[in-house]
Amino acid sequence: MADAKPQRLTDIGPPHHDRFMPPIIKKNYGKWKYHEIPRPGVLVHTSDSGDKLYTVRAGSPRLLSTKKIRIFADLATKYCGGHLRFTSRHNVEFLLTDAANIDPLIADLDALGHPVGGTGNSITSIVHTQGWVHCHSAATDASGVVKAVMDDVIDEFKTMELPAKLRIALACCLNMCGAVHCSDIAILGIHKRIPQIDLKTLPKLCEIPNLIASCPTNAIRPTTYEGKPSVEIQEDQCMFCANCFTVCPAMPIADPDTDGVSIWIGGKVSNARSEPMFSKLAIPFIPNNPPRWPEVVEAVRMIVDLWKANANKHERVGEWIERIGWPKFFRMSGIPFEKTHIDDFKHAGLTFKRSAHLTY
Amino acid sequence: MAVDKKYETPMLDQLETGPWPSFVKEIKAAGEENPMANDLIGLLEQSYTERLGHWKHGGIVGVMGYGGGVIGRYSDLPEKYPAVSHFHTIRVNQPAGWYYTADVLHKLCDIWDKHGSGLTNMHGSTGDMVLLGCTTPDLEPVFSELTELGFDLGGSGSDVRTPSCCCGQSRCEWACYDTMGLTHFITQKFQDELHRPAFPYKMKFKMSGCPNDCVASIARSDISIIGTWRDEIQINQEEVRNYSKNGVNIVKEIAVLCPGKCIDWDGNEIKIDDSSCRHCMHCINVMPKGLAPGKDRGAVVLMGAKAPIVEGALLSSVIIPFMKIEEPYDDMEFWEVIEEMWDVWCDNGKARERIGEFIQRVGLGNFLDEVGLEPVAEMVAHPRDNPYIFYEDYLEEEDEDE
Repeated sequence: MADAKPQRLTDIGPPHHDRFMPPIIKKNYGKWKYHEIPRPGVLVHTSDSGDKLYTVRAGSPRLLSTKKIRIFADLATKYCGGHLRFTSRHNVEFLLTDAANIDPLIADLDALGHPVGGTGNSITSIVHTQGWVHCHSAATDASGVVKAVMDDVIDEFKTMELPAKLRIALACCLNMCGAVHCSDIAILGIHKRIPQIDLKTLPKLCEIPNLIASCPTNAIRPTTYEGKPSVEIQEDQCMFCANCFTVCPAMPIADPDTDGVSIWIGGKVSNARSEPMFSKLAIPFIPNNPPRWPEVVEAVRMIVDLWKANANKHERVGEWIERIGWPKFFRMSGIPFEKTHIDDFKHAGLTFKRSAHLTY
Repeated sequence: MAVDKKYETPMLDQLETGPWPSFVKEIKAAGEENPMANDLIGLLEQSYTERLGHWKHGGIVGVMGYGGGVIGRYSDLPEKYPAVSHFHTIRVNQPAGWYYTADVLHKLCDIWDKHGSGLTNMHGSTGDMVLLGCTTPDLEPVFSELTELGFDLGGSGSDVRTPSCCCGQSRCEWACYDTMGLTHFITQKFQDELHRPAFPYKMKFKMSGCPNDCVASIARSDISIIGTWRDEIQINQEEVRNYSKNGVNIVKEIAVLCPGKCIDWDGNEIKIDDSSCRHCMHCINVMPKGLAPGKDRGAVVLMGAKAPIVEGALLSSVIIPFMKIEEPYDDMEFWEVIEEMWDVWCDNGKARERIGEFIQRVGLGNFLDEVGLEPVAEMVAHPRDNPYIFYEDYLEEEDEDE
C-alpha cells in the first residue's frame, strides 16, 4: 500500500499570537490604561475595564535546555493557565490574573535558581551572542562572561535603586549579533592579530575578488602563491575587524594570546530625554581570562558603582557623562586615556573637542 | 539515548556556582541523556582551557526550497567530539511578542528532544527561537514536524530577517499602534523574501510601540517603525498631583529634563506646549497614571541601522516622519515605498552592503529621488554646513541643449 504522504508545508510563517495570548490579554488588547511596579520584578497593568494583569519577570541565561523550558511551562500551568512570554532581553515572564499566586510563583522561581527582577531602574538580563558555545568567529566566550558579570551585579537586578535603568550587552566579535553598540555598558570581543592566511587552501575555499572587496581599509591586496592567484595583507592597515574571515574561511583571525574584550559605555536606544546614542570606548583591552573573567567583572562593577554614586536621578550612563564631560569621567574612573580612544575611522574629526568647554 | 562518556570540566564547573542562572547547568542537564549536549560540554571545556573557539565556518545546509533559516556549523574536532561534528542552528520564527502556551512549548521541546541537542536560545538576537545543534539528516524531519505544529523557519543570510516587536498593545498602555499585528502581517507578507535570500545583504524590520523602543529598532534594524502621536499628551491633573504629593519633584525630574522645554508646573497643574514636544516619553515614563500619549497615534519610520561591519555602525534616520498604521495593513502605501527602496538597493547596492551603508554612499537626497520621496526637514539633524552643493538645474539645462 502506498504511503499517503502529507503535503510538505512551506512558507506558512509563524503561528498567530492569538493562539497563545491569555484570555485577559485578548479581552484587554489595546485597552491598557496604566501600569505600576509594586515590587522589583512584578508589573501590574490596569485596563480601562478595571482588569488587572500581574507580570512576574525572572532572569534567564538565554541558553536553556528543553528540561528548563518544560519546567517554565509547568510553572505557567500551575499559576497562570499555561501562559507565558519571553522578553527582548531573554527574561521569562509569567502572566497572572490572581495576585495571590505571585508569592508562591516567586518562591518556586527562587528555588529553581531564577531570580525575579529586571524591572524599572535596575540592571536587567544581558543581551548577548553565542561565543565559544556555537560561533566560528568569536573572540571571547559570551555566556561565561555574562554569567560572571551577572553573578556580581545580581543585587541590581533584584532591586530598583539605580539612578535609571542600565542595559548591558555583550558581543563576542565586531559582527555584533548582539548589536551592543547602543548599550549603557557594552562588552565587545576583539581580535588584535592579523589573519593568518592559509595559502594552500585559499584558492579552493574563497573567491578572491570578494575577499579583497570585503576589507574596509583596502588592506588585502592581490598577489600570487605558487603561480596561483592569492592575497597578502598590508599589516599596518589591518584593524582586525575579521570581515575577511566572514567571507573566506582561509583567513583565520582568532588567537588565544591576543584576543580579548573591550568595554564601551554610554549608549542608549530609548528616546527618553536625550536622543539615542552610541556607546563609546572606555577600556580598549582586557585579555580573556576564563572561566570567570575577573578583570571584566571588576571593570563593569567599577563603572556601575561610579555612575550610581554620581548620576542624577533619571540620568542614564551616557547622559551622566555628557553632563560631566569625558575628561572628568576618565579622571573619576582612573581609566587611562590612550591613543586608541581617539577615533581614526570615518568622520573622526567630528569627535574631536571643538570648543573650550572643559573641566579642570 | 544513553550517554556513556563523561568529561572532567574543572573550568566550566566554576560557572555552576554563583546566584545567576547557569548556562553550564543547562548544558549538563541536557547532556545527561543527549550525546550532542554531552559532547558540547567536552568541546566547551577545551575552548575554556585553550581560550579558543572550535567551530568551523558554516557550510551551506538547509531545508529543501529555502535559502535561509539554518546556519551550518561544524566542529573542527570531529574525531574527539563526534556528536557535535554537525551542530547546525535552526532559527524558528517566534510568535509576535514571544507569547507561548505551556502546551506548545512542550510540543516544541518534544520535537527538539527527538531530533536535536535539547539546547535552545530563548531567544536569539534577531528574535527567533534558536534550536542549537542539529545534524544535517535531521533538518528535514525537524522542519516537517515544526510546520505540522504551525511553526516555520526564520531568516538568515541576505534575506528579510525574522521581524520582531515589543509586546505592544497586548500589555502596554503606551503602544501607539498594534506592533504585534503589524509584525505578523509583515512576516506573512514577505515570506518569499524571508526564506529565499535575494538582497545585497540582510534586511531587518523591528516594530516598537513607542519612542522608548524596547526592541532597539533604531539601533538594530534596517527599517525601524517606532510608534508616536501627533496631538496632545493626555493629562490627568489629579493623578499628576498625586505623583507630586508622593515625592516626584515635577520641576526637577520632569520639566528640567524635558528636551523640548515645554512643560510648566505651578504646583497644582501641569501645562504642556505640545507644539514643542519632542515625543521623547520621559514625562509619561515617570508618571504613567498621570500622562499618556495622545489619541492621534501612528508611527515614525526610520531606516538604515546596523552594527559596525562593514563600513561602521549606523543608527536609523527618519524617512517618514509620521504615518497611520491601521488595518487593513495591505492597503498601506508604505509597501510601495518599501518595494521601491528594495528595487533601488538591489539594482545598485554592492555585495554585503546594508541599505544604510548604501544610502551613505549614494547620498540621502539621491536615494529619495530614486525612491520618489520628497525631502523634508524632519529627515536631518540640521541642514548641511558645507557649500559643496550639486546644484541640479545646471545639469538639466545642459540636457535641454542636446
